[in-house]
Amino acid sequence: MSSATLPPQFEVVDRPLDTQMTISMGPQHPSTHGVLRLELVLDGEMVVKATPDIGYLHTGMEKLFEYKKYQQGIVITDRMDYLNPLGNNLAYVMAGEKLLGLEIPERAQTIRVLMCELQRIASHLVWLGTHALDIGAMTVFFYCFREREKILNMIEAASGGRLTPSYFRIGGLMMDLPAGFENRCKQFLNDFLRAVDEFHKLLSGNKIFQRRTQGIGLISAESAIDWGLSGPCLRGSGVNLDIRRANPYSGYENYDFEVPTEPDGDVWARYMVRMREMKESHKIAVQALGRLKPGPVKADAPKVVLPDREAMKSHMDALIHHFLIVAEGFDVPAGEVYLPIESSKGELGVYMKSDGGPKPSRVHFRGPSFVNLSALPVMSEGEMVADIVAIIGSLDIVLGEIDR
Amino acid sequence: MQPLVTALQNEHPEWFSEVIEAFGETTFVVPRDQLVDACSFLKTSPEAHFDFLADICGADRGVEEEPRFEVNYHLFSTTKYHRIRLKVLLNEEDAHVPSVTGVWRTANWHERETFDLFGVIFDGHPDLRRILLPDDWQGHALRKDFPLRGYEPYSLK
Repeated sequence: MSSATLPPQFEVVDRPLDTQMTISMGPQHPSTHGVLRLELVLDGEMVVKATPDIGYLHTGMEKLFEYKKYQQGIVITDRMDYLNPLGNNLAYVMAGEKLLGLEIPERAQTIRVLMCELQRIASHLVWLGTHALDIGAMTVFFYCFREREKILNMIEAASGGRLTPSYFRIGGLMMDLPAGFENRCKQFLNDFLRAVDEFHKLLSGNKIFQRRTQGIGLISAESAIDWGLSGPCLRGSGVNLDIRRANPYSGYENYDFEVPTEPDGDVWARYMVRMREMKESHKIAVQALGRLKPGPVKADAPKVVLPDREAMKSHMDALIHHFLIVAEGFDVPAGEVYLPIESSKGELGVYMKSDGGPKPSRVHFRGPSFVNLSALPVMSEGEMVADIVAIIGSLDIVLGEIDR
Repeated sequence: MQPLVTALQNEHPEWFSEVIEAFGETTFVVPRDQLVDACSFLKTSPEAHFDFLADICGADRGVEEEPRFEVNYHLFSTTKYHRIRLKVLLNEEDAHVPSVTGVWRTANWHERETFDLFGVIFDGHPDLRRILLPDDWQGHALRKDFPLRGYEPYSLK
């Protein structure tokens, strides 16, 4: 490949030095949502070159997976994309289930879909609140966090954790939903559409917000695919792609929902996609709630799935299995899988490689934030420095997942 | 998927000689010198149309193993929705592989990450620097012989 095909940000900027200035934005800048550092070359207020610098939050999670048993790895995934932990749990446990060839009972699948869609709404609410806050609309933030609080309370009721639920296990769920959960969920879903209208009223009609987002941070559909964008960022460029449709998992093929796309490819388009996506997630959650039927939530695999507490107290073999799983783990057949799911930010892929034995030989997370951020220079070069804040907000990145 | 695999094998036996079918996924082991040609072909061919590079990740097969390293390319088609994995095997002394940044731009950061964590050199990469670990870090953290724990705090030199 000749150097002529290289993307523009690798070309040396050839301008007189006296008109340009290099500044470092971050890693403590509040609008970089964590510890992202950008090296910006400015010409006046225009961004000539933007270079993201990441790694400030690197904690060696992929190394740690290799030293932990499969079931211990689940809690590590919570800490990657900490706004969408149930999505991370799901990708990880489904990769393990694919290697083991487990059949997951229907109730567990439905609960997974329900919880993941609630989590997606919660993740989008944080994005919306902080994105609006970055641009200067403070009120939205409080309304978003009010709604998010209700979801976190539900997740806490089900799993015991608000931000680190680890609710999904290889072979099913940690435990069934608590009593009264369905009513609580129903109540939340009844009120939620009104809340979305409220967000629209606060923000979508706001002239300042429109001027700050429309026509800013453009990326075309071909360019978006070339840069590997996924999720709302890709759909904001008019590409109709959703892993829930393209490679369905957990029974998503049986749900009726639309994949919202917007053709413009700017910050506003990505905003509208996420706003519409919240309503679609609501639609899926309502359907999932209606489909909940009593049944088992764990696969019939006693050597992999922990037994119920009651069974353990009354059955000898359940006690033995419990002891063996906790003390020694379970062996996973040798092989490798790549399992993609649609997280709130895009394609979250888990590559899992096993050599046999109770610990994986390699676990790799394809974080959607990581890839979406790599396209930031394309969107931001030629924009004003104040628009960088809007563009970063529209990408919806989480540094925990980028740096891992 | 099966007709495509057979067609690819018949058309270009030199690229797609070894096929592994497991867990419902297709893996082609591609010789290193043919990688860029094979990728360009897979991206542009209308039947395959793998226009989306989902992921690149390295793996260390073990200190004793020969070839020791592998680099996995996960391809996806945004129109046909099928997936495929390309695998390149590398010896430890000669851990070089041609860069595919000219085929998919998204390969840039994935290749930097693989270089950072495994020390695999991507020839022709426009900006091959460390990405997650500091620039002056010694060693490559995801190699099997790199220790999990250190005994001294890291400090920038």
